[in-house]
Amino acid sequence: MAILDKHKFIERNASLLLVLSFLVVSIGGLVQIVPLFYLQNTIETVEGMRPYTPLELEGRQIYIREGCYVCHSQMIRPMRDEVERYGHYSLAAESMYDHPFQWGSKRTGPDLARVGGKYSDDWHVDHLTDPVALVPESVMPKYGFLSETPMEPTYTADLMTAHRWVGVPYTDDQMANAAADFVAQADPNRDSTDLAARYAKVTISNFDGQPQVTEMDALVAYLQVLGTMVDFSTFTPDASR
Amino acid sequence: MCAKVVKSQPKKVATTGHVWDGIEELNNPMPRWWVWIFYLCILFAIGYSVAYPAWPMLTRATPGLLQASTRADVQAEIDRFDAANAPMKAQLVATDLTMVGQDVTLNSYALKAGKAVFNINCVQCHGREGGGSKARGYPTLSDNEWLYGGDLDAIHTTITHGIRNTSDPDARNFGLVMPAWSERALAGPLADAATAKLTAEQIGEVVNFVFKLSGQTADDAKALAGAQLFADNCAACHGEDGKGNRDLGAPGLTDAIWLFGGDEAALTATIAAGRGGVMPPWGFAPEGGLARLSEDQIRAVTLYVHSLGGGE
Repeated sequence: MAILDKHKFIERNASLLLVLSFLVVSIGGLVQIVPLFYLQNTIETVEGMRPYTPLELEGRQIYIREGCYVCHSQMIRPMRDEVERYGHYSLAAESMYDHPFQWGSKRTGPDLARVGGKYSDDWHVDHLTDPVALVPESVMPKYGFLSETPMEPTYTADLMTAHRWVGVPYTDDQMANAAADFVAQADPNRDSTDLAARYAKVTISNFDGQPQVTEMDALVAYLQVLGTMVDFSTFTPDASR
Repeated sequence: MCAKVVKSQPKKVATTGHVWDGIEELNNPMPRWWVWIFYLCILFAIGYSVAYPAWPMLTRATPGLLQASTRADVQAEIDRFDAANAPMKAQLVATDLTMVGQDVTLNSYALKAGKAVFNINCVQCHGREGGGSKARGYPTLSDNEWLYGGDLDAIHTTITHGIRNTSDPDARNFGLVMPAWSERALAGPLADAATAKLTAEQIGEVVNFVFKLSGQTADDAKALAGAQLFADNCAACHGEDGKGNRDLGAPGLTDAIWLFGGDEAALTATIAAGRGGVMPPWGFAPEGGLARLSEDQIRAVTLYVHSLGGGE
């Protein structure tokens, strides 16, 4: 046991002890984490995912800012009751452009992973303005002030740059037109051909019913796209998960 | 090394040999029960990693001998319930909606299934048991007032395709809204829907005529002027007598039931800015997507809504 007798030397050299400790701990981490980046049954490729539009991305920022994730999860677990209530269970690929992801860990309110398209835009505005008017037992706070806060796409391109740094494949074309796309998505009267060409299946609507773009527009645009991207007609679940 | 036994120590215990200022470190062994549980845990971990997905290989992880899969489990459970309900569902889809009521078992199944579907998907707008909502613009389903018809087929169509949504081309009133009538609306969000222009004064006259139609107190002089404006602009959808038109989803204006409110402020806002409530399509699968409800669920919830009090 000659090697074990060396521990006295290690214990007396704090720096060496630190280096070796990190080494041991990182082995544990590497063994658990690294395979997830290459194993085929953990990286599931799906059709239909696209990066968020500038308006949706800004809406996502508001979702995070207001702490929606504290009460709402975005993760439908593979259980019958959840699938019956919320729809198809969530796929890892559906969070691929979420930085950070919004899976959440607590449901005071319902899961929002597939809330997109479930309600009308008007419903979202009414509900965010006064939740109790629509759901009498709701404990959700009121977010009507979002309708009164106009929004400019001043930092939208910067936000997209940050997302590009962490791997979201925004094209140069999308980056260059960030501000134009931001405004175009909330105005059905504008020519939106370019926007639709840059972002597949984009929903263009005056989400909050007001002429100017407000934070309400952005948040509702984000909520209306949740869980609607994946093309389930081409999806076959990998059974080994 | 000095393995001296301390006086207060009844048993002889070996020390580690470390001594600091005469204080020694006893080398008590781990309790046996602890050690054995530790070994058992290691054994369990080995067994677990053989039975369940564990070891990363070159392209995939080992699936484990039990072939455990949460996805397969949930699918199996869903299939099990589907199989149990399959005969009822098939019968519900095959039976004409108007005939379901004659089969007691089927009707009871449909109403219960419909209530479950309603409580998950519909209460958020239409309220518990279709009793309506405090917010404006969400129709009550438990009364006799129907925008698009209250017989089973009409309810079925409305639920399947929804109203004015942008996804389902078969939606009722697809791309059709009540236009904004005010001059100001030309610059507003519904500017494209503004067909004609009414001044604020003219809108006030129409409001008074609508008051008269619905039996509220109205300014007679204004209402008289409003009658002509109504006949010219509003009657095409709401009918000359203001009784509404179900083909266009135009509400009747002669009773006390209002979708967006019947007081002066609400009516003025409605006429000035227009209205266009949206209901999502529940039976429509967008390209590559999934329909939210299956045909048997839609039929069940149709029968449930029909049973709420206003069914025709």
